[in-house]
Amino acid sequence: MKKSKFASLFLSSSLLIGILAGCGSGEEAGTSSEGGDTIKIGVNLELSGAVASYGSSELDGINLAVEEINADGGINGKEIVLEKVDNKSDAAEATNAAIKLTSQDKVAAIIGAATSGNSVAQVQIAADSKTPMISPSGTSPSVTVADDGSVNEFTFRTSFIDPFQGTVAANFAANELKVKNAAVFADNASDYAKGLAASFITDFEKAGGSIVSEESYVAKDTDFRSTLTRIKATNPDFIFIPGYYEEVGLIVKQARELGITVPLMGADGWDSPTIVDLAGADALNNTFIINHYSAEDPDGKAKEFADKYNEKFGKAPNSFNALGYDTVYLLKDAVERAGSTDGTKIKEALEATDGLELVTGLYSVDDKHHPVKSATILEFVDGAQVFNTKVNP
Amino acid sequence: MEWIQQLINGISLGSIYALIALGYTMVYGIIKLINFAHGDVFMVGSFIGFYSITVFNLGFFPALIISMAACALFGVIIERIAYKRLRNATRIAALITAIGVSLLIEYGVIYIRGAQPEAYPDVFAYRTFDFLGAQISIQSILILSVSVILMILLQFIVHKTKTGKAMRAVSHDTEAAKLMGINVDNTISATFAIGSALAGAAGVIFGVYYTKIDPLMGIIPGLKAFIAAVLGGIGIIPGAMVGGLVLGVVESIVSALGFSLWRDAAAFIILILILIFRPSGIFGKNTREKV
Repeated sequence: MKKSKFASLFLSSSLLIGILAGCGSGEEAGTSSEGGDTIKIGVNLELSGAVASYGSSELDGINLAVEEINADGGINGKEIVLEKVDNKSDAAEATNAAIKLTSQDKVAAIIGAATSGNSVAQVQIAADSKTPMISPSGTSPSVTVADDGSVNEFTFRTSFIDPFQGTVAANFAANELKVKNAAVFADNASDYAKGLAASFITDFEKAGGSIVSEESYVAKDTDFRSTLTRIKATNPDFIFIPGYYEEVGLIVKQARELGITVPLMGADGWDSPTIVDLAGADALNNTFIINHYSAEDPDGKAKEFADKYNEKFGKAPNSFNALGYDTVYLLKDAVERAGSTDGTKIKEALEATDGLELVTGLYSVDDKHHPVKSATILEFVDGAQVFNTKVNP
Repeated sequence: MEWIQQLINGISLGSIYALIALGYTMVYGIIKLINFAHGDVFMVGSFIGFYSITVFNLGFFPALIISMAACALFGVIIERIAYKRLRNATRIAALITAIGVSLLIEYGVIYIRGAQPEAYPDVFAYRTFDFLGAQISIQSILILSVSVILMILLQFIVHKTKTGKAMRAVSHDTEAAKLMGINVDNTISATFAIGSALAGAAGVIFGVYYTKIDPLMGIIPGLKAFIAAVLGGIGIIPGAMVGGLVLGVVESIVSALGFSLWRDAAAFIILILILIFRPSGIFGKNTREKV
């Protein structure tokens, strides 16, 4: 008796869902009009799951940019319509989302995903459907370059790539901080950190410095004291620590506790308010990070964006906000120059982007679809990120 | 100088392993159950301490005591709900249940508060002492002293009190203890309460020393404490303490030699070696199974 009741409930509810879903898709089909007075842009971002903060920050930036462009008359007179899909911070979901956007919604281009892994998951779909895809913050070279070295034709990115950050760190250490002996303490479990460490070592030695110690750790460790003691014994003037904020916060704290006072430096993986809680504001003094953007950058464009963002959201923007915002303008510029919403034409226009002025710096694309753009160096002063310098490639 | 520092690093790490291992060893000593949920009680203790400090603005010692009391209760609840009815079941059934309880606690906590890590507030003004060129922090001294005090207290409870006497009797022969009028159920609950309270204390100390806590933080320290307990001789209280300290120092030495990536592997190699060559542990005596 009970069972049959349950079964009928299940049946009727699934029927209801079916009807509702039918309604939903019918409605969508009604509004989608190809070649009308709108441009459809897909947004495939991490809006829930492990790295949801990246995706939702970028979406805020994207929304702001779209609002501005639409208020200003749109792209070539056409209004932008966003098709948003949450990829749940999962590569398989990102692929599904890309399939939905390209085949069902027939978008002109896709923005996303925020992380390299979820962006790589869409590469094949973008190529098959000839839909350009721009990752706002996928910093791994593998997003635009396949394993065999060939370029993924339809994939682009707004952020600079990892090896570039290593180079910037090496030059900053050698030329600005004028240190001679550096140690490297890298996360051995992430390709991101390993790539950064490798390019730092090559370029620091090229700039005349020497690497006195090279150590690694594994993500999720909590005790770094033994290895830090070992690094301290080699007397470095500077320690480069590529990795993510969860471990880096502890490393910085434990290093200072062991009496290591030299400057420490990392890359955009450090950029999270959590690092200040973990390490403590005092321990973070005399540490530097490379980032895509600083809300304190005195440059006109960045300042203007910071003000606009502040007005709308009531807080200072972070780099993900800025990258999301820039990605929309990067796309707008390409569509305007292409004069069409055809995927291949947009792709060709994106490839020809040269010296476009964006919030995160002057943007050009090289033959590997890597951006040629400037990086910002920030210094932690009593727990706040303070703008230090801007480094051009 | 570098080596003194490494020794200090190792002893601090080892004291935490030792505190968790004490609880492991007690439970195993009494009901021959490897309580895999013990590492998660440690995690819960850490969070209770964290919320006591941040939400109720308590100091370190009140937080430590609240966390120990709450974990004692939590341990008893786990025992009553999950393990009690399996007392006469096969040992493998109880072991699998323990793994299930462990996962339930981990993901239960994630469900309640999310998986994001939390940073422990600074409850002590940070100070270090220079000792022969090595830096000893106030936290390291605190960890070691709390561990030693709790171990001495535990030894006292086990050897000088009535409950302790009952524990030893139950451990020796449950049936005979029952015949002598000992309430076996209450004795086992007392064991869980004490063991879990120690895990709770370890959780708070871990938070103060390592700052970062998260719902899955109990897994690795739990396994390491298990190794420490086996190393010292599972079921033997001083053995757990020594096993924990030895394991902590060995891990630090492995990192100090430049093999930091092998640190966890070294701990598990110790487990394998000890099981092959001396399964009864450092302090254990070979006892023959009674027929």
